[in-house]
Amino acid sequence: MRVGNAIYMDYQSTTPLDPEVRAAMLPYMEDRFGNPHSSSHRFGWEAEAAVDVGRGRVAQLLDVDPANLYFTAGATESNNIAIKGLALGRRGRMITLATEHSCVLESTRASKQFGSEPLILPVEQDGLINLGQLEDALTEDTVAVSVMAVNNEIGVIQPIKQIAALTKSRGIWLHCDAAQAYGKIHVTDLAKHADLISLSGHKIYGPKGIGALYVAPEAKRQMGVLMSGGGQEGMLRSGTLAPALCAGFGQAALLAEGQVEAEMARAQRHFDQLMAGFEAMGVPYQLNGHADTRLKSNLNLSIEGHDSARLMANLRRLAVSSGAACASAKEGPSYVLEALGVPAALAEASLRIGTGRFTDDAQVDDALGYLEDALTKSRRKSWSK
Amino acid sequence: MPSKQLIYLDYAATAPLRPPVKAAMAEALDYVGNPSSVHRAGRAVRDKINAVRGALADTVGAMPGEVIFTSGGTESNAIALTQVSKDRRYASAIEHEAVLGWVDEVNRLPVTSAGFVDVDAADVILSNAAPGLVSLMLVNNATGAIQPVADIAAIAHKHGHLVHCDAVQALGKVDIDKASLGADFLSLSAHKIGGPKGMGALIVKDGFALQSLTQGGGQERRRRPGTENVLGIIGFGAALEGLQDFAATKSMKALAQQVAERAAIAASAAPRVPHIMSLHMPGVKNQLQLMRLDLEGLCVSAGSACSSGKVAGNHVLEAMGLADVADEFIRISFGPETTRAEVDTFLTAWDAIRTSQQKAA
Repeated sequence: MRVGNAIYMDYQSTTPLDPEVRAAMLPYMEDRFGNPHSSSHRFGWEAEAAVDVGRGRVAQLLDVDPANLYFTAGATESNNIAIKGLALGRRGRMITLATEHSCVLESTRASKQFGSEPLILPVEQDGLINLGQLEDALTEDTVAVSVMAVNNEIGVIQPIKQIAALTKSRGIWLHCDAAQAYGKIHVTDLAKHADLISLSGHKIYGPKGIGALYVAPEAKRQMGVLMSGGGQEGMLRSGTLAPALCAGFGQAALLAEGQVEAEMARAQRHFDQLMAGFEAMGVPYQLNGHADTRLKSNLNLSIEGHDSARLMANLRRLAVSSGAACASAKEGPSYVLEALGVPAALAEASLRIGTGRFTDDAQVDDALGYLEDALTKSRRKSWSK
Repeated sequence: MPSKQLIYLDYAATAPLRPPVKAAMAEALDYVGNPSSVHRAGRAVRDKINAVRGALADTVGAMPGEVIFTSGGTESNAIALTQVSKDRRYASAIEHEAVLGWVDEVNRLPVTSAGFVDVDAADVILSNAAPGLVSLMLVNNATGAIQPVADIAAIAHKHGHLVHCDAVQALGKVDIDKASLGADFLSLSAHKIGGPKGMGALIVKDGFALQSLTQGGGQERRRRPGTENVLGIIGFGAALEGLQDFAATKSMKALAQQVAERAAIAASAAPRVPHIMSLHMPGVKNQLQLMRLDLEGLCVSAGSACSSGKVAGNHVLEAMGLADVADEFIRISFGPETTRAEVDTFLTAWDAIRTSQQKAA
């Protein structure tokens, strides 16, 4: 995607709205303005219908019953409701990985206030979970394990099925943050393994400010409630829903459903093109995260001898990032790369290049050109220091 | 579907998007970038968000740093109420469910039969209560009665309590000034003023060390994590620009007068906003009234729209001592698009229901 004279390659941070999503949202910004919770007139019913259709579509891509899918304000809220809800339901060990999104890590740590025992497990150098280590950690009083399907910074795909094989037999709940996986890889099996699944609208060309949480009925019966109020969304999440956002999320899910295969092929092609480009530049780099068990639309690499902040300052015409957007304001290297054992010098030289639906070959070529220029400039500056 | 035009008199549930809001949001649909990203695409969006933050702060007499964007009034209320432990939360008996859900039955402040909180009773209760947080709405969503927030805030502060004001129904209907209300926290919502649903704000007094309800990224200065609802914030900003037009107080007063001449109104002796009123039809259940009105294409409600199916909001009338007849009230509420002719049509239809019921009886 080009915006003005700049190329957008930060699709893990957020995605632009698909034109079809935009079209699906507009009617709910016009005549169909009702409150979906107004039960006494047709403006309300119409808005409620939009919410239901959206819910059905979001559920369909996950292959779950829409009755078990709850809309939220986004994946951060979904993760908070899931983890703290489970912790409120029963005291015990709450396990997650050191490379999870900050909202999962912090929710897990915060569960301590409900009497839980948070345990944060390290990961392998390639970013994948150590299943043996997880199995050893599954004590009798373990309540839940939370592992993301696809990592937001390094793109690695965690073995949710194998994790579920360990948790299910022990009666331990498995929560999966699928914000980066949903719509990008096949997730129709995910709910067979995970009991709770968090989703986000704006990572799949839908609007910001909406997400969803799938909760298996048996897990829901044991959960506590984080946010009370009018009792909407099965008591899990009160507050007036936004039909425009629900309709947009649903349309985005519907579009993604037909495009997963094509998207995976596109991502692979551009991944290869970018890797070949870096090879041709001859700069010493390392790929962060497992090379194959990853989402190919995510290329996270460290370029020796460079500083990512300076590099990005020189990349005026290419929007990329050095890690998660929500942590951008924070100083210091990424905690995800630290967890992989990437040395600080290399962690501070990392770039996350994210391609997506609107990326084409010409944009990748141009991006490589901008990268080469920026690398040359920032190297010269390092020398003159 | 009847061929006749539907008449929408349920603005307190939600208001249609104002045309300039629609235009601003349509433009914002095309913004690219996560406002937390450091690249130009992200920074441009962040600047636009912060402009709305400034405008919202100006609207309620706060500082931009005191504004936290949320997913709506319910979330704003939840963040405010959870700043103290449950046994130290106090609220009037006529608050919205999103406040009452957090407050024990024994910690409710009584209201007078006129429909506003009993200030003397509150003084006694709050002086004997462990210091906590007092929550009082500025405009009641069922009756439109304006609550004595400044008086209660002065009493609450005197006894060492924090003060939260749910101003969701007040925004656009009365002037809101954080300082003169004496509120430490203010909840606001966009969709009651012709802005988008799924969007709200909590004003938190400067320097207060807020405990966030959810954990995650560093957005909203770590007080409310999660990628910002950019579309919602832009829409909220556009709605604020048209706030004076939305209020249309003068014409609203005329409409309210038109109704008052022909109907019994709850809390008629209290200071009220003209935009919201609960009407009583003795001996006729509100579900029957609603059904008949719906057949005529008139969209009104029996109370708050909160949870699907159930008729909520009756707790307000019950707290006013109207428990026996609470299910005979309906709520109508007006917005800037409401016309005199629409109110006439409503009154005629409503009168017809009364006449036919009296005949049947």
